[in-house]
Amino acid sequence: MTDQTSNAGAVRPKPAAPAEKTGLFGLRGKDASLLVFVALLTLLAPFILNPFPTGSAMAQFNAGYPDLMQRFVIFGIFAIGFNILFGLTGYLSFGHAAFLGVGSYAGIWSMKLLTLNVIPSIVVSVIVAGLFSLIVGWISLRRSGIYFSILTLAFAMMSYALAYSVLTPITGGETGLQLQYFDPRILDGELAAGTTPRANLFGLEMGTSYELRFGSWLFTFNAGYYIAAACMLAAFYLAIRIFRSPFGMMLRAVKSNQQRLNYTGISPKPYTLAAFVISGMYAGLAGGLLVAMDTQVGAERMFWTASGEVVLMTILGGAGTLIGPVLGAGFIKYMENIVSTINKSTLEGWFAFMPDGLADFFVTIVYPFVGKGWHLTLGLLFMAVVIFLPGGLVQGGQKIATVLRRDRKGSGLEPGAAAKRKQAED
Amino acid sequence: MGILEVKNVGKRFGGLKALSDVNLSVKEGSVHAIIGPNGAGKSTLLNCLVGKLIPDTGSVSFEGQSVLGRKPHEINQMGISRVFQTPEIFGDLTVMENMMIPCLAKRDGAFSISAYGAMMDDREIVERAEHMLEDMRMIDKRHMHAASMSRGDKRRLEIAMCLAQEPRLLLLDEPTAGMARADTNNTIDLLKEIKSTRPITICIIEHDMHVVFSLAERITVLAQGTPLVEDTPDRIKGHPKVREAYLGESSGH
Amino acid sequence: MEAIILQILNGLDKGSAYALIALGLTLIFGTLGVVNFAHGALFMLGAFCAVTFSRLIQMSHTVVDETRTDFLGNPLQVDVPYIYDFFGQAAGDVLIDWAVPLSILMAIPVMILIGVIMERGLIRHFYKRPHADQILVTFGLAIVLQEVIKYFYGANPIPTPAPDAFLGSFDFGLMLGFDAGGIVYPYWRLIYFLFAAVIIAGVFAFLQFTTFGMVVRAGMADRETVTLLGIDIDKRFTIMFGIAAAVAGLAGVMYTPINSPNYHMGMDFLVLSFVVVVVGGMGSLPGAVLAGFLLGIIEAFASMAEVLAILPGINQIIIYLVAIVVLLTRPRGLMGRKGVMEE
Repeated sequence: MTDQTSNAGAVRPKPAAPAEKTGLFGLRGKDASLLVFVALLTLLAPFILNPFPTGSAMAQFNAGYPDLMQRFVIFGIFAIGFNILFGLTGYLSFGHAAFLGVGSYAGIWSMKLLTLNVIPSIVVSVIVAGLFSLIVGWISLRRSGIYFSILTLAFAMMSYALAYSVLTPITGGETGLQLQYFDPRILDGELAAGTTPRANLFGLEMGTSYELRFGSWLFTFNAGYYIAAACMLAAFYLAIRIFRSPFGMMLRAVKSNQQRLNYTGISPKPYTLAAFVISGMYAGLAGGLLVAMDTQVGAERMFWTASGEVVLMTILGGAGTLIGPVLGAGFIKYMENIVSTINKSTLEGWFAFMPDGLADFFVTIVYPFVGKGWHLTLGLLFMAVVIFLPGGLVQGGQKIATVLRRDRKGSGLEPGAAAKRKQAED
Repeated sequence: MGILEVKNVGKRFGGLKALSDVNLSVKEGSVHAIIGPNGAGKSTLLNCLVGKLIPDTGSVSFEGQSVLGRKPHEINQMGISRVFQTPEIFGDLTVMENMMIPCLAKRDGAFSISAYGAMMDDREIVERAEHMLEDMRMIDKRHMHAASMSRGDKRRLEIAMCLAQEPRLLLLDEPTAGMARADTNNTIDLLKEIKSTRPITICIIEHDMHVVFSLAERITVLAQGTPLVEDTPDRIKGHPKVREAYLGESSGH
Repeated sequence: MEAIILQILNGLDKGSAYALIALGLTLIFGTLGVVNFAHGALFMLGAFCAVTFSRLIQMSHTVVDETRTDFLGNPLQVDVPYIYDFFGQAAGDVLIDWAVPLSILMAIPVMILIGVIMERGLIRHFYKRPHADQILVTFGLAIVLQEVIKYFYGANPIPTPAPDAFLGSFDFGLMLGFDAGGIVYPYWRLIYFLFAAVIIAGVFAFLQFTTFGMVVRAGMADRETVTLLGIDIDKRFTIMFGIAAAVAGLAGVMYTPINSPNYHMGMDFLVLSFVVVVVGGMGSLPGAVLAGFLLGIIEAFASMAEVLAILPGINQIIIYLVAIVVLLTRPRGLMGRKGVMEE
């Protein structure tokens, strides 16, 4: 969160969001600048994520290619939604990937039967995932604690197994579903035989990219990415509203003390169910967008490891914070796609400046943690976060920021301020 | 006809008879105490009143309406608030937020998605909550995390939260259990103040005779799941049956 | 009839594995109150103890055999396991053949050590944290452990055969008076079941008849009181964690001939074992064992061709389906205690 405050500071001059009532879209000062910050971050992502010139040794750390950027924002949506359930109510679902998967299947069927336009497909994804999560949530929320976790896990694994076997006519079984030129799209014209159907937005294909060359830098602006990014901004904005609303406060009250809530005349169940369905719809949106981008889907999207991944993202970034899940999603997807590509010769390149023996030593030490071993780094990092930083990366950033600020001011700030800031942000 | 009428209530847990033939009538506007030795069934009775337990026999009605079969939050919405033995508050929320929740419950009912509009912009609720906090002299603690307060303050906040709903009946379950003498006296003063400023009925379950005799207007003595006597504090003090029930636990305790 | 017996037998070996893992999970949960998502990883580590042991026992050095020549006419170089040098060739071959059962000897101390280190180094600091934190940190640990194993042993399954003596099968059909070949059941699976039964009986006897076990059971029922008695319950809980780790490890060791161990076998079993624990009732040891065998057998029945013909895919989901039904009708599982894990 450190760099974020400094970045947001650079933007602030012009709107100077009024600290009182309605700022941007009815958000208060701090939330408004957070939204502006995230908006700028997503808009400028093709620049920010491609800091190294193509062809340079560091170019492999560039993450500014469409496929990965799309994943950043789509899994960001998934994690934001998961956080509305877990971060606010404390109900740990281990089956959220099922909603993502169901959303994907619904989305692809919309593209097979209706039209290649992504808007109906996304809407269908969200609705179907919402309905499915309503059923699963209605049953699972009859229990709490680990029983709830196991129930959601059981539903997700059932969905996965069914998608693989019995439901093959709907899900394509092991091969999954792809778009075909002969699909009976009733709203679109027929495609010529042999053409590959591509998802579009009123004719603008998702794969369309505009490339900007700037010296030896190459920046790619991709239509699909910007559509997904717009969805993420909307999702993020809605999450802020939910966090700040009485509804959000009730959800936090559910986490804090259900007994008191009951004896204050409030029934926790509809609140948790609403949170569950909302997060299921977020997952459906993510699933729909995934399909919109790569026009295919397979059952492995619903496997429990996929559910575990969104848990990792949310906790790593900071459960219960607004920006945390987005950071966590970005972080994990970056590791999965970039850190995993580092191989031995890359490492040897890095440590080449050292004397031979020392270089070998470092390569040997570092190698297990990168490349195929990136999961190991992830696991260690995740453990470290759970042990030392229950507030995730966001809390880590805040701690660093507090230390830095104290250094700068010399004497340190009034004691309440840090806590208050934390409160305002979470 | 009292505000709370308990008729022939019985409750068994397996072979254990926890309550039998309990009859109780709490007069509107009074402070009614239920006392009794450990295991007399006080807590079981209270849980039957608030919907946590369902009695096997008999009826419980509040303002003429039966509470049986209703869920705790529904009974609360009828006008009964409950204070717990150990303060039950929203520890992760600030004092102000703690206070806003009962205000919202009072206005919006058991469930409402008033998701639109930031909570802190809801003038009506904010003012009500602030007013309540001022009333209870807790306004200076409004930004504190509720969990970080002292036990006495938690108790005060819990009572304030109950009052914010403007209940007609306030049930207190051993509100001074485990408290130091000074905190106990503070709580007694607070309850006296509440009683003198509002038209509220208070029903208190208590072990501490000091608390009971400083507050109660009527006392029901419960022993082995049945009411032994019901009378004014003065008459209860000298009652032979009560001394018998409390044998070994003298009433000066 | 034959089919039914066969399916019950088929369910027993998988049920044994479920029961053993669930037993360990429940021991840890019941005594320490910790939800251990790394328990599957302990099962996996046990399996790799067997792999390591059989590799150690087959470690060899190269010897030049002057009596034979290779195709170029040079003296033949042969790899000779060190074990031949110590015990002679005949005994050495027997030892190598029996590597899997023998690796139990190595697995017990190793697994207890791992368990104690885990408890002292990590789990201990999570007793007071919410269950969600416990789940998350042990989930992280499970990822780390399986990645470490993947780094050293690779991603592919490593075949680890049972001793030759156990490679055959029983023909129960013949024994019970049905047609020959009707009920064929591999020796090793029966051994696995017997082994599991012995371990389970051992754990129960240990808890029932030793003072140590008595204190642990008292601790499971009411930790506060036992602490008040001045008994150093923490130390006993550490040992209990070690034992639970050993149980999981042994389950893994003996499972290697049934399924070649790979690095993610722990997670695969963990998810199902958790379902087993919850179905049995959190904190109930008999519940865990009962549910383990029950679900193993139910799964076997659901895999019958006749059943699949009517309900395709049912074998994949039956366990989850049972779990959902049990949890909704018996909130605390089959034999669970009240109030466990319902904060």
